[in-house]
Amino acid sequence: MEVFVQQLINGITLGSIYGLIAIGYTMVFGIIGMVNFAHGDVFMVSAFIALITLLLLTTWLGIGSFALALFIVLIVAMLFTSLVNWAIERVAYRPLRGSFRLAPLISAIGMSIFLSNFVQVAQGPRVKSVPPFFNEVIVLTSASSGYEVAVSYKQIVVWVVTAALLLVFWFVVSKTALGRAQRACEQDQKMAALLGIDVDRTVSITFVIAAALAAVAGTMYLMYYGVVSFADGFVPGVKAFTAAVLGGIGSLPGAVIGGLLIGLIETMWSAYFSIDYKDVAAFSVLAITMIFLPQGILGRPDVEKV
Amino acid sequence: MTHEASAPASRVDIVHALRETAITALIAFGLLLPLIGFNTVQNIHNELVLETRWPLLAAMVAIIAGGRFLHAILLAPWLARHAVRSRQHGEAAHPAVRGRFTRLLVPFTLGFAVLYPVIALSLAGTQGAVKWIDNFGVQILIYVMLGWGLNIVVGLAGLLDLGYVAFYAVGAYSYALLANAFGLSFWILLPVAGCLAAFWGILLGFPVLRLRGDYLAIVTLAFGEIIRLILINWVPMTNGYAGISGIPRPTFFGIPFNASDEGFAARFGLEFSPIYRTIFLYYLILGLAMLTAALTVRLRRLPIGRAWEALREDEIACRSLGINTTNTKLTAFAMGAMFAGFAGSFFAARQGFISPESFTFMESAVIVAIVVLGGMGSLLGVAIAAVIMIGGTEIMRELDFLKLVFGSDFDPTQYRMLLFGFGMVLIMVWRPRGLIATREPSTFLNAPRFSLFRARKAESAQPSLARERHG
Repeated sequence: MEVFVQQLINGITLGSIYGLIAIGYTMVFGIIGMVNFAHGDVFMVSAFIALITLLLLTTWLGIGSFALALFIVLIVAMLFTSLVNWAIERVAYRPLRGSFRLAPLISAIGMSIFLSNFVQVAQGPRVKSVPPFFNEVIVLTSASSGYEVAVSYKQIVVWVVTAALLLVFWFVVSKTALGRAQRACEQDQKMAALLGIDVDRTVSITFVIAAALAAVAGTMYLMYYGVVSFADGFVPGVKAFTAAVLGGIGSLPGAVIGGLLIGLIETMWSAYFSIDYKDVAAFSVLAITMIFLPQGILGRPDVEKV
Repeated sequence: MTHEASAPASRVDIVHALRETAITALIAFGLLLPLIGFNTVQNIHNELVLETRWPLLAAMVAIIAGGRFLHAILLAPWLARHAVRSRQHGEAAHPAVRGRFTRLLVPFTLGFAVLYPVIALSLAGTQGAVKWIDNFGVQILIYVMLGWGLNIVVGLAGLLDLGYVAFYAVGAYSYALLANAFGLSFWILLPVAGCLAAFWGILLGFPVLRLRGDYLAIVTLAFGEIIRLILINWVPMTNGYAGISGIPRPTFFGIPFNASDEGFAARFGLEFSPIYRTIFLYYLILGLAMLTAALTVRLRRLPIGRAWEALREDEIACRSLGINTTNTKLTAFAMGAMFAGFAGSFFAARQGFISPESFTFMESAVIVAIVVLGGMGSLLGVAIAAVIMIGGTEIMRELDFLKLVFGSDFDPTQYRMLLFGFGMVLIMVWRPRGLIATREPSTFLNAPRFSLFRARKAESAQPSLARERHG
């Protein structure tokens, strides 16, 4: 039981990170119907930006308060990652809009290869680690067996930041003119354009929002695990995509639910079965969902039109 | 980035160009500031510290801004003029001209491929030729073969498979394990590996029959990764990360390539040299690739090939006409997987060592890139793309003179995949349909010969109902 509760806590933390990335997939798929294959690498780039900002703040400027440092790191990472994703959309995807279906996917795969190799060349192939911080834990129960269920401050930070940003994000999408334009473009781009919505601008903003959330995930990932390397984009990217599909691609709450589910499946699998095969479990969930439940948990069924 | 094509071609707008340059420089600065401006390095205490690289950052921003400026004042006006001219003179490259060019190119390329070892030997000598035949010839031909195999699935049947490397791995491991366990020869195991890979093609093809487009791509990616992870973790069978070594090399129909009296060189009264095996391997993979090409060309003219192309064009129409889409898809998967199995067992025999490292997603992405960049369905296009992408990245290894320019710690090989990814994006943006345009269906019903004139379909009177295209 204690193991289960502990894994539940770990799983929700991991799932929050996946959920944040998954929203990026789901939004981009919703608006231009494309699997943004490079999104996982955008997440990885954001973790590197966060790492560099953190080092800049702590070693150069000597900011002692981790809470303040984390706040600044979040803002900076969101800004720069948004710029990166904006540029990617502009250079690699926009010229291909209206081209044949697979062209943007291929371009995105190329972009993914480019980004991970760019980081490898620019920052070196070694795994980068930051000194651990927020290491204090709150012990919830102490079982007779001596197994302690504990929540670390890091995990609480991940939950709080994720929840707060999801709230802000939900507000933007559902209550503002920007969000309305975005949802209109998702439904019918041509009609939205006829009604005076700048579709290109809306798509750009979608990429910017997706990148900002990926940057939050990247910062949380860096803080939670304390390490990042150039190759860290691919697997979390695929898992987050699985989360988006599981929740129902195109559905924003679905992405969060899917992320939490994938996080839980992964940690439970590692705890009760085999940690070596945890990625196999995640990939199998992806395949099984796509085959048996292609519309996901909250997605609309895909009606085939002739 | 914005379209200057509409601007008057004769007048170069310097102010506009300068403004665009300034904006580009600003964006480039923002993009490169974190990752180029700063470098994270470990100091003596094993702590991560920051270093700055302002000169490098400035140089890169200057190069990007300079490129944008040149684009704005030279390239964009030229493109605009060119567009106007080609609109006046109709389509520049007439299809008939292109057809004749292609017809000449195929025998020429074939001849070059057959004579390549001879050319390499005469130019580089016995010692130098091994590298050129092995690193360039054999390596490129493996990818040509994989590209042609995947071309059946992606190019003909229109099913995007991102896990193709799994079948390559099945072929390689089948050969390695069976050869090591039972001592069977390469020539027996080559078809066995092909059949096993085809079997896996059907097995993995079954669950994904209903999926299309991006979804199919992602599920096949997941399958490919699952197979790789199993190869890594199933240590008793596959020896995990350490891989399998000591795989028997192929023989010349029973005669091994070694220095013994029974060896190839001794039998034929030649002096022993590793070059014979390399040349043999070259012709072996050339033969296998040609087999793939020949079968593809024949299959395209059989009912099943027609069904594949029909499936690619419109699945619903295909089903409405009574084509069994299940069988059509599964045969495409099986055929494609079989050729990957052949290539895989050749790879294992050539290397003598295999490990899961050789079968990462990156390999699948490279093969897909070759097929799509070459122009889906076009055999010649795929071959050209393989030569450019693989030959181009291999040639990066040879650019040692760059060390003189950039200093001795400059390693051109680490830029291989960087340029590869960038090239993929660039070619997609420049020619989304591939270097050689995507293959149109081999057969048209009452349609003109070239799709360029499809719009005038109604007024063109064709003598026969159905027209066929070859090549």
